[in-house]
Amino acid sequence: MAYINYYEILGIEKSATESEIKKAYRKMARKYHPDLNPSDKEAETKFKQTNEANEVLSHPESRKKYDTHGKDWKHAGDFNKARQQQYSGNYSDFFESMFGGRGQGSRGGSGVGFRGQDYNAELQLDLKEVYTTTKRTLTINGKNIRLTIPAGVKNGQQIKIKGQGGEGINGGPKGDLYIKFSIENSTEFKRNRDDLYKTVDLDLYSAMLGGEVTVETLDSKVKLKVKPETQNGAKVKLKGKGFPVYKKEGEYGDLYITYNLKLPTQLTTEEKELFNELQNLRL
Amino acid sequence: MMNLESLIPLQQLCVHYDIEMSFLINLNDFDLIEIRTIEHSQYVHKDYVVHIEKMIRMHHELDINMEGIDTVFNLLKKIETLQEELITTKNKLRLYEE
Repeated sequence: MAYINYYEILGIEKSATESEIKKAYRKMARKYHPDLNPSDKEAETKFKQTNEANEVLSHPESRKKYDTHGKDWKHAGDFNKARQQQYSGNYSDFFESMFGGRGQGSRGGSGVGFRGQDYNAELQLDLKEVYTTTKRTLTINGKNIRLTIPAGVKNGQQIKIKGQGGEGINGGPKGDLYIKFSIENSTEFKRNRDDLYKTVDLDLYSAMLGGEVTVETLDSKVKLKVKPETQNGAKVKLKGKGFPVYKKEGEYGDLYITYNLKLPTQLTTEEKELFNELQNLRL
Repeated sequence: MMNLESLIPLQQLCVHYDIEMSFLINLNDFDLIEIRTIEHSQYVHKDYVVHIEKMIRMHHELDINMEGIDTVFNLLKKIETLQEELITTKNKLRLYEE
């Protein structure tokens, strides 16, 4: 546990007056307030530090104690045991050691409730998992939260679960829980929004003469007719065989198949002769 | 016919959040919320509650006035749109990186 320089956090001198502290706090709070910096963890941490610094420095009694014992906080433990009340969980270990871990609220203990801290979590899922609506149980700060993830959720998408963040201070409302989805793709499909893309190998003879290929989609198999004289790189669109559209049940994007022509190798003498014949026919 | 279940009386919001009615009227004047009057009672749609909570915090915790809240909300909306665009672009980029 390290000593925290509250003056440095607020960007003020140790000799700062009460109004200078207030001004510095307001400035920092406006810069780092979670409402103005949604989903910004760094801002959230800085806002927490700013609140803590203000909590200590804006009260003459706690400021005096901090100035006297600050660097020797380990010896200051008994000083304020009488003040020790409920721990809000929003303060550093350093603060807790010196002041009993209780915030008075940045409005000077007026009894006004402050909203709890927003929590941020990242959930890693595979593309196949979000092809259908899926359920997960997350453990956030020791609490199990059941979550239904609608099919079609996108990589980087964030959802908010109201009231599942930190406890409010002074009876204020709870914060919210933000969950960001990180979608890994271990499939052979590529995804762009709700459309899927896949490359399918095609043998020379099916490409030249036409035929049939079986293509695996994410949840089934589809037989595709190949037109004669299909070129390498030709694309086919399978309507409605793409990814589910988020929160639009029954709606799907499209699947685009690109043919990759595989030429035969290790030709036999007879095959070579036949290809020569074909070549001569074209001359 | 208006569905009253999705509307919250202003009076109830004032009591719950310990705010003056004038604060909500001001938000309405700045088009930040929409107050509806039904049979002499004023309501806001429940979808506005999240925004109202945010605006109360901005006003009380950060001393931001109505003009400031209006500006902040407009900028936050722009940030949100840009972030969505960024996610879409990053996901498109992944198509070529994979």
